[in-house]
Amino acid sequence: MTRLGGENRLSFSLETLGAWLLGLLWLAPLLYAVWTAFHPGEYATNFVLTAPLTLQNFVAAWNAAPFATYFVNTMVLVSFILIGQLVLSTLAAFAFARFAFSGRDLLFYLVLIQLMITPDVLAVENYRTMYALGLVDTITAIGLPYIASAFGIFLLRQTFKTVPRELEDAARVEGCGTLGVLWRVYVPLARPTYIAYGLVSVSFHWNNFLWPLIITNSVSTRPLTVGLSVFSSTDQGIDWSVITAATLMTSAPLLVGFLLFQRQFVQSFMRAGIR
Amino acid sequence: MLTGRRNAFLAWLLVLPASVLLVVFTHYPVIGTAWHSFMSTPRGRRPARFVGLENYQTMLADPIFWKAFYNNLIYAAGTIPLSVALALAMAVLVSSRIPGRGLLRMAYFTPTVLPMIAVANIWLFFYTPGYGLLDQFLALFGLGGTNWLGSPDTALWCVIVVSIWKEAGFFMIFYLAALQQIPPDLREAAAIEGSGRWYFFRRVTLPLLMPTTLFITINAVINAFRLVDHIFILTRGGPDNATSVLLFYIYEIGFKFWDEGLASAMTIVLLAVLAATAIAQFVFAEKRVHYQ
Repeated sequence: MTRLGGENRLSFSLETLGAWLLGLLWLAPLLYAVWTAFHPGEYATNFVLTAPLTLQNFVAAWNAAPFATYFVNTMVLVSFILIGQLVLSTLAAFAFARFAFSGRDLLFYLVLIQLMITPDVLAVENYRTMYALGLVDTITAIGLPYIASAFGIFLLRQTFKTVPRELEDAARVEGCGTLGVLWRVYVPLARPTYIAYGLVSVSFHWNNFLWPLIITNSVSTRPLTVGLSVFSSTDQGIDWSVITAATLMTSAPLLVGFLLFQRQFVQSFMRAGIR
Repeated sequence: MLTGRRNAFLAWLLVLPASVLLVVFTHYPVIGTAWHSFMSTPRGRRPARFVGLENYQTMLADPIFWKAFYNNLIYAAGTIPLSVALALAMAVLVSSRIPGRGLLRMAYFTPTVLPMIAVANIWLFFYTPGYGLLDQFLALFGLGGTNWLGSPDTALWCVIVVSIWKEAGFFMIFYLAALQQIPPDLREAAAIEGSGRWYFFRRVTLPLLMPTTLFITINAVINAFRLVDHIFILTRGGPDNATSVLLFYIYEIGFKFWDEGLASAMTIVLLAVLAATAIAQFVFAEKRVHYQ
């Protein structure tokens, strides 16, 4: 360890200052949103500490649009996608990690294409498919293109490959079949990967906007993001405090989850990113 | 490895569900887009018919398409270098011994978990002329009264700022992970040699981070052509198409004017850009942007 000399100490303080200014700048929009949402409209840009606190903006937002339905839709959507992704990715990743079969490598490359070309880019054609299937304006249609996830398959394949063979052999001696081995050995050992992938998937699909916007057109199917955009774009006298309250409301579950499980979030995104 | 015919059969069964969905929603649409880019858009009773390159000619003759393409390049050039550089700076700062670095890391990362649609609302308020925070702040210096989002000269840059703000913290995570991989004895050895911090950063840290930089840059490129959510809230492509980018314009052509043929031709351009990115990644990764 080197001790900080005089000049170093100066540069260290400058760095600290810079880091905190940047941090403040980065948090500013959120802090500002919190301020506006919890204060009456006339204090929206008037930062006096004596301003009265209120929940009226949230009440107004909640009553102005069917947010309860949007919340339910988003939760159904996110769970549907996550469960589908976990099941399909697990099966496929296991095959890619542990089986030798002809065409495996080619097939794997074909899977990886989805990392580059995501479903939102192919919206025109996917809309046509959904139309043919009679699924336009359903939650199924929002989720279906994402259920097979190249990212999930890739991540789980990497994890499964690190599982020691001895464990598998031991399970077989105990009488496990191939799928039993997957369920009793591989899946439990891949828990951290599942958590990482789950967090990334949930936050991605909670926030996803373009494809849901295209494929839905009614209150009963719209997720929160689309609902919020409809809410804030219909002219309602542009009451910023109410719009900000709605904005915070829709982000709240993720934000609270993130603040509570910060370390897991950061590590999950990290783990998911190392390819 | 599990081999043999029975296992091969089982393996195919295991990959089947994922493969079917991938074929239906990724592979087929790519081919379908190419096919439909040569077809006219069905209107009323007139079914689609083969029109050759007509959609492409329409596209190339459309000044708004060129505008959107050009905007997209500016958007990419504005977002990518700045967000990657900021991500690196953030990661280095947060992994040094700065007081409160846990809190800082959270501050940098928070935009990542927030919905783009939601934060765009907040930024919209920032940019609002007169009433908005930015204008009020600048008014203190007598610089107020600019309609940031309403002027074609500044609107795209406003969009770029929001993208950088949203992405930098996300990219920081990958640099953080990579910085942890650098063995501490390297730093000790450099300290014994008497090399300064900046020198060490430039000659040791930066080269070791090259694979991460490549990975992040590729992701930034993809996002520059895919991340359009905030445009829906901030500008809707305006003023005068100043903030329309490729994917946004494809959306307008495909789902507001319902011209599928033209939208397919434009999607092909977007797919070509993404394919070029994939090839670039492959080439650079082969060359190993890494000295050891």
